Amino acid sequence: MFDALTPEEWEAVHLSLRVATAATVGSMPVAIFVAWLLARTRFPGRALLDGFVHLPLVVPPVVTGYLLLLSFGRNGPVGAFLENTFGIVLAFRWTGAALAAAIMGFPLMVRAIRLSIDAIDPGLEAAASTLGANRVFVFLTVTLPLMLPGILAGAVLAFARGLGEFGATITFVGNIPGVTQTIPTAIYSYTQVPGGEAAALRLTAISVVIAFAALLASEALSRRIGRRVLGK
Amino acid sequence: MTIRVDVIRQAGAFTLAAQFASEGRVTAFFGRSGAGKTTLVNLVAGLLHPDRGRITVDDETLVDTGRGIDLPAHRRRIGYVFQDSRLFPHLSVRSNLLYGRRMTPRVERWGSLEATADLLGIAHLLSRRPGALSGGERQRVALGRALLASPRLLLLDEPLAALDEARKADLLPYIERLRDEMRLPMVYVSHSIEEVARIADTMVVLADGRAVASGPVAEILARSDLRPFTGQAEASAVIVARIVAGGEPGVALVDHPAGRLSVPGLDLPAGRAVRLRIRARDVALAVGEPGLISIRNRLAATVTGLAAADPPMVEVRLDAGGDVVMASVTEGAVQALGLRPGLPVTALIKSAAFDRMSLGPLETDNPQASRLDT
Repeated sequence: MFDALTPEEWEAVHLSLRVATAATVGSMPVAIFVAWLLARTRFPGRALLDGFVHLPLVVPPVVTGYLLLLSFGRNGPVGAFLENTFGIVLAFRWTGAALAAAIMGFPLMVRAIRLSIDAIDPGLEAAASTLGANRVFVFLTVTLPLMLPGILAGAVLAFARGLGEFGATITFVGNIPGVTQTIPTAIYSYTQVPGGEAAALRLTAISVVIAFAALLASEALSRRIGRRVLGK
Repeated sequence: MTIRVDVIRQAGAFTLAAQFASEGRVTAFFGRSGAGKTTLVNLVAGLLHPDRGRITVDDETLVDTGRGIDLPAHRRRIGYVFQDSRLFPHLSVRSNLLYGRRMTPRVERWGSLEATADLLGIAHLLSRRPGALSGGERQRVALGRALLASPRLLLLDEPLAALDEARKADLLPYIERLRDEMRLPMVYVSHSIEEVARIADTMVVLADGRAVASGPVAEILARSDLRPFTGQAEASAVIVARIVAGGEPGVALVDHPAGRLSVPGLDLPAGRAVRLRIRARDVALAVGEPGLISIRNRLAATVTGLAAADPPMVEVRLDAGGDVVMASVTEGAVQALGLRPGLPVTALIKSAAFDRMSLGPLETDNPQASRLDT
């Protein structure tokens, strides 16, 4: 099973990493903002936003994928707008897979970040304001650095979710080798054809290795950040 | 500095409705826990907002709900030292100290990192992280951080509360140096009479969200009608005396218009004015020459009044060289000595009554101190 991968398998590995990375990086600023809104502000419709964010966690992934296809497909309202205005097409492209992965990982990232915000003593932010820092500066110099462990944990969860995303991806962007075929959809394809077991097994091993490496890297990083944040 | 407060703020079942004006370099907000001290100081800092009312410091309006003024906390330039330090855990001591400085306009900055660190004895801690500091060190860094933002008023909310007795006595001199050397106006929040008597010149007494009295510390502490708030056991006089040469090692001699006192544990040069707190329960009275006794601290005084305290104790008010001093004696002693207003007596105070917390230096230009010079 340590034989070199076929170009097609490499393509799937490469695409999976690209999709998961893009999904994690792209959704991070939004997740930080939404987590901060939910943790630190009170506004009408907050419960609704909270529920909406968590929807991908409870709805079957296929449903999410189909809803994405309906709205972001070339004939969907958002998809048509994006294509006509910016020339961006998501459906059946790797970018669409990244969008699907981002949405599936979003609740996980928001939850992790929100927990870390809840753990921050608002007294520290009050202290910063008495020292002359306005709200934006307080956020950038106190809140955000103290949120880092949560952001990191959320990013790892979202990245792992992005690597493993199957249902929404296959529904929204299909399973086109070299274009939208990620590791999970490739494994699925290989298990559907005679003689594909070896390839499926290789990809499975790679999948485990990547996930494990990400976990170890995040552990090491979070230890370092944790030391900083705890002030030791 | 004049602080004028007239505010109402309701939160849950607690209503703060305080009205007072306080003149003085160091104003104490005094009261039991739950009296509204922290709420009040947060209103001054701008961390809380009144439902109605107005707060002014000197001529500047910080908040006035009637005129729609509410200066945000970050633009008030009021330093705040919290009970729990609130150092930024992710920053080094140095970065903590410099945090507010970066946000202060260059022309309004005073002091420097080096001078402040030296003043507070934290120069050797600059590269450490807050998590590696002791409680007393944390509070000194918090003091320095507030100072380096160049505030025009410093709020200290029970800065000693989290420290043990020894650390309290260690930190107090630093606060006194800010008062005396940097001449920084301060609001000192405390539930401890001994801290108030040592640090503040003016005090506001808070109880159940109301300001029940405000005025000079010595006057407030001498008022027997405020005992329910200030505490009978803590009934005390605050007098100012001046150190004279000739004390034995470890014991300073201080001169007061009513007599000379020897005070242990004061290490200050001759000529320096000091503030002494004398608790009523530490004062004994003698009529005529007391003869051979070990108590050498004697103040010539005249009885000015008798007030019933917790029976069988009576609080005897004395005029000692123009200052009010109080003595707590039994009813039996009042009859035996024939104590009555106008009677000359000798007030006897054991040197041991002056512990580390009850005495401290006094800034020299204080009106109380300058009175000694005449």
